[in-house]
Amino acid sequence: MATLLEVRNLRTSFLTAAGVVRAVDGVSWDIQEGETVALVGESGCGKSVSALSIMRLVAPPAGRIESGEVVYKGRDLLKLSEAEMRRVRGREIAMIFQEPMTSLNPVLSIGRQLTEGLEIHSAMKPDQARARAIELLGMVGIPDAERRLAQFPHHFSGGMRQRMMIAMALACNPSLILADEPTTALDVTIQAQILELMRDLSRRLGVALLIITHNLGVVARYADRVNVMYAGRIIEQASATELYANPRHPYTLGLLRSVPRLDEPRRARLDPIDGQPPDLSRLPPGCAFAPRCAYRVERCAASAPPLEGVAERHTSACWESARLIKALAA
Amino acid sequence: MSVASGALLEVRNLVKHFPAGGGVLARESGVVKAIDDVSFDIRRGETLGLVGESGCGKTTTGRCILQLERATSGRILFEGTDVTTLKGEALRDVRRRVQVIFQDPYASLNPRMTIGQILAEPLKVHGIVADPAAREARVQELLQQVGLLPQHARRYPHQLSGGQRQRVGVARALAMEPSLIVCDEPVSALDVSIQAQIINLLEDLQSRLGLTYLFIAHDLSVVRHISDRVAVMYLGKIVEIADRSALYEEPLHPYTRALLSAVPIPDPALEAKRERTVLRGEVPSALQPPPGCVFHPRCPLAVERCSAEIPPLREIKPGHWAACHLA
Repeated sequence: MATLLEVRNLRTSFLTAAGVVRAVDGVSWDIQEGETVALVGESGCGKSVSALSIMRLVAPPAGRIESGEVVYKGRDLLKLSEAEMRRVRGREIAMIFQEPMTSLNPVLSIGRQLTEGLEIHSAMKPDQARARAIELLGMVGIPDAERRLAQFPHHFSGGMRQRMMIAMALACNPSLILADEPTTALDVTIQAQILELMRDLSRRLGVALLIITHNLGVVARYADRVNVMYAGRIIEQASATELYANPRHPYTLGLLRSVPRLDEPRRARLDPIDGQPPDLSRLPPGCAFAPRCAYRVERCAASAPPLEGVAERHTSACWESARLIKALAA
Repeated sequence: MSVASGALLEVRNLVKHFPAGGGVLARESGVVKAIDDVSFDIRRGETLGLVGESGCGKTTTGRCILQLERATSGRILFEGTDVTTLKGEALRDVRRRVQVIFQDPYASLNPRMTIGQILAEPLKVHGIVADPAAREARVQELLQQVGLLPQHARRYPHQLSGGQRQRVGVARALAMEPSLIVCDEPVSALDVSIQAQIINLLEDLQSRLGLTYLFIAHDLSVVRHISDRVAVMYLGKIVEIADRSALYEEPLHPYTRALLSAVPIPDPALEAKRERTVLRGEVPSALQPPPGCVFHPRCPLAVERCSAEIPPLREIKPGHWAACHLA
């Protein structure tokens, strides 16, 4: 497998009333062709801004990509002209958003929303585009596609709208799809349908998938590799199997321990992570997680730990990751 | 269901229909059967979990109990009194003793009031603490009970984090010294690391103050953790109700089984081995629910009888009720 996308030292900031907030602060990760990678973290950790930065959709003047590289198929997307970038969006990299209702146009028919992109990006004639739209709806499991093309988003249920979003993302045969919380707004049984569909399509068409989520269960089932983010930085990177079996960062461990699990006996009490998520405009010096960390030592408040290898293809940004292993083994 | 001894709340044959039909000019064109003949009890001191997908009627059930919606028919007995017929002072009294915690603490707190004012207002309105100094003291006590600091009283909702705001929501419910709290998705808007904090808080308060909870949620893992008994709703009906362990270990209704199998488990090794029943189709419209068993169009086990005959909620094992012909 070849590297499809490599993000290097990406920094994206926003100008807010509270000053400059660095939503993404020197983040590096990659995706191989056809692979499924997850960006996991809680609200405000920078996972969505990472995806928007790749697409160069961070809105100026408040938002700004400060530095770094986004190398896609050998080209740095941050150096492309706006016209060149438009040829990347949709055709090379597509995006699926969390709330399908707000990302579909309510006054355009389903058919038009699918064919518009095909006519612009793939230079198709209207009847070709229509045939492709019917094919796409079939691929994502929307029955009765011909009739559906004339309908509007409000005729569709939440699950159908998300299927429609997937169809739009697939329309121009991209090599990479960025899915930002694709199933968070959906019911459990529909969530399962959509995730299985995305996995099947990604395997069948060889499309690489970046899943952005806060749900550790979703990650376990669908991701090959995982990047855990906290306060704008990646704090742990590993394959999904390795991360769940041997978490090496106290935050990852805390997340895993704080959720009740259906496969385990019911615990008398849950183990939450203490404290509150950090305010990005007032980050503590040193490790951003230190104020909430059970393994904190003096050094953590003074300097931020770098992301370092702790095992093969496994990195963690924690001064005390060795102690964490011992604590887990005990 | 027989009237259980020690029931704090008894819901009997509750029905809630909403008129469907658009706009001022359109004629009423039908009814949405949001709740269709629902009966259950909540025992004093227990937590009853109410789970189901969006539109199943779980929130409407909570709102009927709170008398935020008037039931179309049926009875809701709170400490033996039917609240559906209450008015005036008697209704106010019940509303004081049945409190609610909403899903979105940001939307349910007045942005122009400080936390102190938000907590003091109900004490004043209900005439529970008339003296301003005593009210101040009670506010401080409430803040401390939910793990907030004295200075939080002077802050506004936007100055707090999501978890802290939900603690305010809990404190506001506690202010009335209720016996029953309807918790409507109280943690689903919160970050994973904060959810566990709020759940532990709710459990601590329950054991300390002897509270009874109706815990409405869609997250089956959270519901298993917090509930003593669990009811599963689908399209306006309860399809299964049982003790927690019976429901999770031996689910009798095919819908409950499908819901449980749809929950992903945070362990890649287990997930790889796990067989999943992915339900086909989507929840039908409550405007035209399917005939017979409402679940039959999506049910992997459905037989002919299921599309003709409505399965009653039957006690299949002691304390374990399910509405399925095949259970």
